[in-house]
Amino acid sequence: MELTPALYIIVPLLGAFLIPVIGHFVKGFQKVLTVLITLFLVVYNIWFFVTGFDAPVVTKVGGWEAVNDVPIAIYLVYDGLSAFILLTICLIAFLSAFYAVGYIKRFTAENNFYALLCLMIAGMNGVVLSGDIFNIYVFLEIAVIASYALVAFGTEKQELEASFKYQVLGGIASILILFAVALLYWQTQTLNLADISVILQEGTQTTALIFTEVLLIVGFGLKAAMIPFHAWLPDAHSSAPSPISAMLSGVLIKAVGIYALLRLFFNIFVITYEVSLVITILGALSMVVGVLLAIGQWDLKRLLAYHSISQMGYVIIGVGIGMLIIQRDGNMTIAALAIAGGLFHMINHALFKGLLFLDAGAIEFMAGTRNLRNLGGLARYMPVTSSTSLGASMAISGIPPFNGFFSKLLIIIAAVRGEFYLLAALAVFVNFVTLGSFMKFMRYAFYNSDKSKAKLKTDRLPFTMKFSMITMVILCVLMSLMIIPYFREIMLTPAVDVLVNTSEYATKLIGL
Amino acid sequence: MMVYIMCFILFMVGLYGVLTRRNLIKIVIGFSIMEFSCFLFLALIGYIENGLAPILKEGMKNPVYVDPLPQAMVLTAIVIGLATTAMLLAIAIRIYKKYGTFDIRKVNELKG
Repeated sequence: MELTPALYIIVPLLGAFLIPVIGHFVKGFQKVLTVLITLFLVVYNIWFFVTGFDAPVVTKVGGWEAVNDVPIAIYLVYDGLSAFILLTICLIAFLSAFYAVGYIKRFTAENNFYALLCLMIAGMNGVVLSGDIFNIYVFLEIAVIASYALVAFGTEKQELEASFKYQVLGGIASILILFAVALLYWQTQTLNLADISVILQEGTQTTALIFTEVLLIVGFGLKAAMIPFHAWLPDAHSSAPSPISAMLSGVLIKAVGIYALLRLFFNIFVITYEVSLVITILGALSMVVGVLLAIGQWDLKRLLAYHSISQMGYVIIGVGIGMLIIQRDGNMTIAALAIAGGLFHMINHALFKGLLFLDAGAIEFMAGTRNLRNLGGLARYMPVTSSTSLGASMAISGIPPFNGFFSKLLIIIAAVRGEFYLLAALAVFVNFVTLGSFMKFMRYAFYNSDKSKAKLKTDRLPFTMKFSMITMVILCVLMSLMIIPYFREIMLTPAVDVLVNTSEYATKLIGL
Repeated sequence: MMVYIMCFILFMVGLYGVLTRRNLIKIVIGFSIMEFSCFLFLALIGYIENGLAPILKEGMKNPVYVDPLPQAMVLTAIVIGLATTAMLLAIAIRIYKKYGTFDIRKVNELKG
């Protein structure tokens, strides 16, 4: 079997077009097709992890060959980093889609929901695979426009307001990114990432280039909801239907925000001290301010959304420390350790935050409210939800043997060994605040006095919701295995290698 | 140089509209202005003084063509911009139905 990167985009896109057409006539078609598509993508991805592949695999869309080493076709590039993030996307997409089968019954227009979900998956896969900067913009817009519609899916007052806010800020981010693409094309006369990289590595740092980098940091920073660009995230993520919240918090901010920043600033631009410092500071700010804002929240999903900002801060400081060390030309093993910690935390955050949002959805499904003040004593009625929430809460607050502990440990060790003591101290401090915040969540939702007995809307959860939640909590424990060298070398090391060897991306692609 | 500055001024006009107007529809209009200033910039970077449309004809000697790639990019970006604007307006209309107003000061259910 040969690897075709284009399948990751074609299959969900085809699903998105088939669902409104055929789903209109055949009952249940949309659910089965979406679950099958996402399951196929997960299996397809894992298959290549297990059997191994020659990275990078390149598809030249349109079949145009390079002339004198100048690429002409639009490239789809499947390398270690893309594979790692694609696995995250497809895994969370499958579990969310399966969860949605039971959950989304209370909404009308199920066809539209599944079609938009497929469109969002296609867009995110496109961003991760694209080797062409304009195509990154196009796929990014496909993903975020689908997510605008999904945030407003409930069409109640709050959902509409959140969606409008999200659209205005997300739209400004898109315009800034398009502006940056135009400036890059003006300076380099090419759109291919590898080609741009070759030209930029030779050239000097001009003012226009710095302006482009600033625009890209602001644009993708808005998409990734770093503080101070975070205003839309708590509204949008708490208003969406729960499976979509899991997708938005779990993968959308990573695929269109963090991934794009990593790819551009590691592999395309020359790493400069200023840019790495700015990224690290933004990460540290997100980490600290996000968790402080989360303390006072009583809306369950809002609390989780603020924690997303804070946990993304961990990912960004991990990567930022790596950038600072590479730029300093220091010890490459420490840089690799920091980046590995960041990427590892990315997949871990996708799993436990996805699980927490699914749990919040289950609580809303049964109790009809997500205000922590009106909940309590749910542990007796919802054993599956309470035990999976306990697992996820322990994972997010870094308690062994759950995965969150190991990724945070890697980041903190790298920070200490790279002599960023303040960042290490902040990371430990934020972890304790997170622990406190999740103790509050567990206590008010599940263990407090029994207030919600009379108000339960239904007495049992659909099977699909339970299945997704249990699978995710098992994966949360299993991901700890990545600390063992054998598993690490299959998944994490190829992704880290792509980022540490900054110029290899271009040299490998340009001769093809 | 002048056209680039005008293009930047257009961007600022749009941004000003988005930031200061209180009416949802006017925000959408400001947003569109920003978008179109960006499209204009894209079209400008491919422009060459006295350039021809990039179509090869027989008997031409050293023709000067404008760069066709930014034009293709602008066309794609305009289509995406259409989708964004349509989505924004659809949500604005739904907000009007729910709240009975286009004033963003009255659309403030979400706080914190």
